[in-house]
Amino acid sequence: MFVPERVWWKPLSRPEKSWLIIALVWCLFLTAMMPLWFVLGRQNVPAETYTVTPQQYREIVDAFTAQYQVDTLNGVPVVEPPAGSDVYLLARQWQWYPILKLKKGTPYRLHISSTDVQHGFSLQPVNLNLQVLPGYDYVAKITPTQAGDYSIVCNEFCAIGHHLMASKLIVTD
Amino acid sequence: MAVATLPRSQAKAEFRTCPVTFLKVDLAAERLIIANAVAAVVFLLIGGLYALLIALTRWQAVHLLNATWFYRLLTAHGFNMLVAWMVFFEVAGLYFGSAIMLNARMVKPRLAWLGFILMAVGAVMFNVIVLMGKGDVMFTAYVPLKAHPLFYLGFILFAVGALIGVGLFFANLVMAKREKTYEGSVPLVTFGLATAAILAVYTLVAGALALVPALLWSLNIIPSVDPTYYRNMFWAFGHPAQQVNLAAMVSIWYMLASFTVGATPLNEKFSRLAFVLYILFINLGSAHHLLVDPGPGFAWKATNTSYAMYLAVLGSLIHAFSIPAAIEVAQRRKGFTKGAFDWLRKGPWREPGFSSLVISMVLFGWVGGVTGVVIGTEQINMLAHNTLRLPGHFHATVVSGTTLAFMGATYYLIPLIFRRELRLKKWASWQPYVFGSGMLLVSIGMIAAGLQGVPRRHWDITFAGSPFSISIPAAAQISLALFGVGALIAITGGIMYLTVVLVSVFGGKRREAHRLTLVMSDANPLVEYALPNKDKEAEGKLAPQGAFILVLAFLIFMATYYLTNWWLLGRTWLIR
Repeated sequence: MFVPERVWWKPLSRPEKSWLIIALVWCLFLTAMMPLWFVLGRQNVPAETYTVTPQQYREIVDAFTAQYQVDTLNGVPVVEPPAGSDVYLLARQWQWYPILKLKKGTPYRLHISSTDVQHGFSLQPVNLNLQVLPGYDYVAKITPTQAGDYSIVCNEFCAIGHHLMASKLIVTD
Repeated sequence: MAVATLPRSQAKAEFRTCPVTFLKVDLAAERLIIANAVAAVVFLLIGGLYALLIALTRWQAVHLLNATWFYRLLTAHGFNMLVAWMVFFEVAGLYFGSAIMLNARMVKPRLAWLGFILMAVGAVMFNVIVLMGKGDVMFTAYVPLKAHPLFYLGFILFAVGALIGVGLFFANLVMAKREKTYEGSVPLVTFGLATAAILAVYTLVAGALALVPALLWSLNIIPSVDPTYYRNMFWAFGHPAQQVNLAAMVSIWYMLASFTVGATPLNEKFSRLAFVLYILFINLGSAHHLLVDPGPGFAWKATNTSYAMYLAVLGSLIHAFSIPAAIEVAQRRKGFTKGAFDWLRKGPWREPGFSSLVISMVLFGWVGGVTGVVIGTEQINMLAHNTLRLPGHFHATVVSGTTLAFMGATYYLIPLIFRRELRLKKWASWQPYVFGSGMLLVSIGMIAAGLQGVPRRHWDITFAGSPFSISIPAAAQISLALFGVGALIAITGGIMYLTVVLVSVFGGKRREAHRLTLVMSDANPLVEYALPNKDKEAEGKLAPQGAFILVLAFLIFMATYYLTNWWLLGRTWLIR
């Protein structure tokens, strides 16, 4: 509380020294974990990004949808692209477009972008989450590990209809 | 202790001498402290009312508000709590820590009033424009979601006002040094507040870099603002702003420890080193919000998110030991030397300053700190980004930690600054427990829901109006109910706090406090026990072994939660 004596040269006591060393070692461990996982881990944050205008992205997605559409669900086209190809997902108020049908155990290059405001890609119940920005094409190399019906919800506030923005992602065996 | 002589240049300022601390109190500084503290409490009241309505909406079984009002009040809640309540209280704290604790005068009180008015006008403008429905964009206002220009202007005016307050704090320090109103080093609390103030300058400048372009864009003067630029700058404001709160809170922890048990830091160097680590590294935290954004690569994200090498975390780990250890040594000096934890059992648990200190530290560290480090890990963030785990984390830090510490401090500042007797002392004694237990449930409920994938800032996770059925586990409803019940308990604690403050300030007997006494007894630990620690004292029978066991237990808990999250990540889809 009050003005202390000048005690800057006073050495640390034993418990303080021990704790400082333990804490420092723990911090170094935390620091090492991220690069270690980056090299060895199989789940890493995608970094591949391209700039794209909303107009360009819409055209790409429309062409992609026209080429591989197999079905329609609740008015949204269902698209089954070839295994291992580039697949596209478009976020807009308040819809994910189109619905993707993927194969289990196959890697895809998943492109995500928005044509209006910011959105949040949240794959449930896998619970994988990525930010979606207009003007940026974010490429995630993903491999579904289990077949089933998954949900995509928006988890970035995107104006009043935000809670209606949900869709499906289908993974087949 | 400082000498109470009056340099010539201070002839203009009016002082009273505090009969408790023998410090000279500049009346202009005192009036400013009172105004800022009152404004803080007013915005806490408004933000708390919004909190009640929001919580009763997210508690899915109650679901009170409609979507529009939910998002609207959530926007205002964020600003009132994270910005208005915190910063008003901090400005009060800065004037107290400079002018009053250094026995000095308030430099340019008129300018300080201008800063206060700008902050008040900005905060009111923000609230009005949001309630009018012209800014349903959340507190973060991510471009290109557009709000009315006055939304951004309110934000900016507030920031400019706060910057004036921070500038005057530095001016006070310089003036005190020049006029030799104190001897030796500045007290640790002032040192901590100086840390907060240095961080605040960076924070507020970054805020301007985000919000001024957004304002110009909203006025159609510039065509667009890049969303990645905005997010980076907004969070260079938003995240470090919480580190300002952190530094202020830690300062108050030291203050409460000395008020309630007479604790003094074992080693000033140790505690100050921790604050220096904050100054150097904590501003990198902006990256926490950009970990799964398109754009930056691994190296940028990993370096920034870890504060270089978790060196700011190291600062917090230092405080996590040095404060309990200081309390333990002070208690042992009183004779509570049996076993490892007698000192803790015999603590003044009915004293609100002590209980709020302990609860604030436990919830901040064990819940807020641990979850913060985990979700701030680059890869693990993919499991957490924009889920309820995030609000779960910062409700443990800012609300359970900082807000409770500020509340605890108020009970001692009312007799000193407002010179009113504290009323409803029993309420004050219970209040930290009620508020703390409620906030614990709030945080845990949110974190559990987030782990199950529940998004933050979301009106309806049943997606009733959506054409698709959504696979969020039903158990998430239980977590949200836990959160809702916790919110009601915490708000009860908040009402208790506001009642004690209002009844004391407006109905307390006006009297000059003659000694700093505790709320629940007449003891005065500050004077009776607060002795500078002698060399080697912390190694003999006063050694803080209990505190050491506590921090080791904390470390084990943190490691368990951390490694569990890596394991969860390893089980999910492959992604690169």
